[in-house]
Amino acid sequence: MRIEIDEIAKSFGTTAALHPVSFAIPSGALVALLGPSGSGKTTLLRILGGLEFPESGRVMFDGVDATGLSVQDRRAGFVFQSYALFRHMTVFENIGYGLNARPRAARPPKAEITRRVTKLLDLIQLPEIGARYPSQLSGGQRQRVALARALAIEPRMLLLDEPFGALDAKVRRELRQGLRDIHDETGLTTVFVTHDQEEAMELADLVVVMSMGRIEQIGKPQDIRARPATDFVREFITV
Amino acid sequence: MSDITTFRSATEETPLARRVLIGIAAGGLGLLVFAPLIVVFAAALQQGLAAAIASLGNQDALSAIKLTLIITAISLPLNAAFGIASAWFITKFDFRGKAFLITLIDLPFSVSPVVAGLCIILMFGTNSLVGGWLVASGYPIVFALPGIVLATMFVTFPFVARELIPVMIEQGRTEEEAALTLGASGWRVFLTVTLPNIRWALLYGVLLCNARAMGEFGAVAVVSGKIRGQTATMPITIEMLYNEYLSVAAFSMAAVLALLALVTLLLKTALELRLADQLSASNRH
Repeated sequence: MRIEIDEIAKSFGTTAALHPVSFAIPSGALVALLGPSGSGKTTLLRILGGLEFPESGRVMFDGVDATGLSVQDRRAGFVFQSYALFRHMTVFENIGYGLNARPRAARPPKAEITRRVTKLLDLIQLPEIGARYPSQLSGGQRQRVALARALAIEPRMLLLDEPFGALDAKVRRELRQGLRDIHDETGLTTVFVTHDQEEAMELADLVVVMSMGRIEQIGKPQDIRARPATDFVREFITV
Repeated sequence: MSDITTFRSATEETPLARRVLIGIAAGGLGLLVFAPLIVVFAAALQQGLAAAIASLGNQDALSAIKLTLIITAISLPLNAAFGIASAWFITKFDFRGKAFLITLIDLPFSVSPVVAGLCIILMFGTNSLVGGWLVASGYPIVFALPGIVLATMFVTFPFVARELIPVMIEQGRTEEEAALTLGASGWRVFLTVTLPNIRWALLYGVLLCNARAMGEFGAVAVVSGKIRGQTATMPITIEMLYNEYLSVAAFSMAAVLALLALVTLLLKTALELRLADQLSASNRH
């Protein structure tokens, strides 16, 4: 799905989180929103997911205005920074939550839900953990379960907030590849937020460098490396 | 002097200090909690079990027990609902005057129950605008069941909210946000995510609320009018019986009230044990 961000602005109280920003994400791309904390990247991601609403500007999905679309109707698979797994539910129930939450008419039968959850557990290469609780999982396993839960609703796009932030270096590397594989397999337009330039450069097709609520540069990783548009970008990517 | 010295760990006290501390704790508990409880039951049974039971069998005593149970049954679910709503409001939204609202929720803790009772009389008594109209329409508040329920609810209002607010702050909003992005409606999020996460705190708050609702004296004494057989709750009846030197009857009623409190306490303990089981079950592996 093609995403267009058209002059989106947002402030919290008197501080501007986003000055009007505009850019387009081609269908099926894997995009990184890269910037230091306070750059507005998470706010932008939450606006795409329908968790925040902009003060001005529009969000278009496949050319259709989706600015006022409710979070439930966006069908955005969202992976939270701390994963936000439901702690009182098993992994199986977590992944099946979105399907069970559908209105009765659109809800798949129980056997179908079981089949789909099992398939997702295979996709994240954790077929044995369905009966466990989130507290019994490692950080890397939790992240993959959160990804499976987001994929279960058959989302139109995948939005990830610092998906590797809470993991150690080795797991990070593995899961980076995992996300790349899942993206290539599903073909979903994917946007992830990160403050790690190496992660953004290695994983994304398109990198959006942000600072202080503004976009500093948009481009392919190699282009940004070769031709940083501003001093900020040059400094940020050479750290 | 022996050659082998055993070292105490940094947080361990000397044996003397330990004994003194345990002594103070045990003595305090015994003197302030266990002794009065035993005395109440002893006084109730001083003329035998038959006399104690007989004193509870008359109309007024039965009416008092019934009234107390009715009041608790009404105010408990209402305060649970108010408590959840206010805790939700305070923890899930950012707004101006939040600190003030939290202080306001605590108000019943700091205001004397007698003052609370007087406020209700001023607002709903026959001499007030609202009260006069309600009495004329045949729905008196003061000296009747609604007034007692209002007084009880005022006094027990903070219990549920106070238990829930810290739990809900600690848990944050992201689980609810996750459920929303998965397509769940607000009501479904509340039932399947919020409520299960707060259920133990909620039960604990409700049990505290229950104990206080059954035992409330001051505010109820002011608004009830102490009409025997009509608006006299258990604590009120106990006081009246005691003032009339009917000590067996007074202490029997007091023993029943204490028993009800003990049942609440046992329930709480049972719930905590079950919770501990569940926690250890989900932490195993």
